[in-house]
Amino acid sequence: MSKVVVVTSGKGGVGKTTSSASLGAALAQAGNKVVVIDFDVGLRNLDLVMGAERRVVFDLVNVVQGDAKLAQALIRDKRLDTLSLLPASQTRDKDALTDEGVAKVIEELRESFDWIICDSPAGIEKGATLAMRYADLAVVVTNPEVSSVRDSDRIIGMLDSKTQRAESGERIEKHLLLTRYDAARAGRGEMMSVDDVLEILAIPLLGVVSESPDVLTASNMGCPVTLHNPASPASKAYSEAARRLMGESVAVSIPKEQRQGFMSRLFGRKAVVA
Amino acid sequence: MDGEALSLPKIRVRGRSLMALVLTPEPPFADWFAALDEQMASAPGFFAGRPVVADLAQVMDGVGKDGVPVALEGLSARGLRLIGAEGVRPTLLSGTRWEDLPTKLQARDKGRDTELEPWADEPPAPPAPTIAPSLLIDRPVRSGQSVIFDEGDVIVIGALASGAEVIAGGSIHVYGPLRGRAIAGLRFGENARIFCRKLEAEMVGVDQLYRTAEHWGPDLHGKAVQVRSDRGALRLSALV
Repeated sequence: MSKVVVVTSGKGGVGKTTSSASLGAALAQAGNKVVVIDFDVGLRNLDLVMGAERRVVFDLVNVVQGDAKLAQALIRDKRLDTLSLLPASQTRDKDALTDEGVAKVIEELRESFDWIICDSPAGIEKGATLAMRYADLAVVVTNPEVSSVRDSDRIIGMLDSKTQRAESGERIEKHLLLTRYDAARAGRGEMMSVDDVLEILAIPLLGVVSESPDVLTASNMGCPVTLHNPASPASKAYSEAARRLMGESVAVSIPKEQRQGFMSRLFGRKAVVA
Repeated sequence: MDGEALSLPKIRVRGRSLMALVLTPEPPFADWFAALDEQMASAPGFFAGRPVVADLAQVMDGVGKDGVPVALEGLSARGLRLIGAEGVRPTLLSGTRWEDLPTKLQARDKGRDTELEPWADEPPAPPAPTIAPSLLIDRPVRSGQSVIFDEGDVIVIGALASGAEVIAGGSIHVYGPLRGRAIAGLRFGENARIFCRKLEAEMVGVDQLYRTAEHWGPDLHGKAVQVRSDRGALRLSALV
């Protein structure tokens, strides 16, 4: 039984693409057949992060519009043969995607893959809604800052109303992946803590990935961090998150912190201004 | 046996109450019907299928009996389902195509009569329901979501997120943190209140009065609070 996962956030720059590639690679390393789809038509990045930018011939838009077969557009990873990429088009825009076209592509991918990871574009418009439309579960990528948390909350609301599962009365599973977390700053109360974010979003925690230069290095090398540097704390966090997605119960390891209550400090400051 | 089988079927009579809308045409008709047309255009579903009672008292006062058929024709031409008229004597309708329209709808005590009367004399307009309906939301209201419930109270079990809003005809009860906007009393006015377990709201409002977060001090922040309208001012107080 294949699973369709949307990796989404609302806000841009929080790590959706990095997380899609890393989770996809971690799931593939665990022996699953995985395809990662880039839904960011017009601003494609996933091919770069996965190091496949020089191998793109056909893309998602070609397949959706019937100009190419799915097999022609899929790019198999050179390091992991259970991992594939379906790239986005850089020259088109999100209007080139259609609901029926996306449904057909996902249906076809379900036949040959265990995991279908949809890397959503930022925003709440057509690209993002189509990326989440046919998902069985969602990974909500959030940074520990108020703007990202509020945007994530908005996206959770959309997951509960605009997905096919929600419309047919089923609930869509949602998991929080907290990225770019800085335990020291959260400890000093300069950043929201894991608990602060969980209290607002009220969805189960899939993992906490610390801010780490390893992640950026891996992205620039065109290799998911779980493949590039398996010993990095970020790789461990992604691998554990992948195992949780697969249904294993692994306790979430939260980077060490000394909790001081960011929210109370923040609102204390606000009150003084008022 | 035979006698039993041949006897006429038993007639079952049950009481049935349904909500009728009362429209009160006012002279001058041109203005009043223009306003009605506008309302119908902006909310096409509002009158669809609902029984309508015409209150003709103002017509009688303003224009006299000649205005009665004009008002009724005007309502009928808009596809409204007239089930009765008020404020007019039945003799005034006789000879017109409205002669069968019941005119004694106010006589509520008729509802208690035990003997069967023709349908036309029964009171189809029931007393308005005394308990306002409420809307229960048993999941968090997320940022960007807007819940508008004009008919009564809204109860939220969970958080009302920053950037979300709930607008209620009556009171709003939030069993969780109130972080977004809550506007109560759209229909029931100053009697409505807002209750929350934890006040972190961006804005609260009751009956056209509202306050943004910077208007209340840090004392109430994070506390269980009720908000009400008190002689023209919005009052926030901690629930103890």
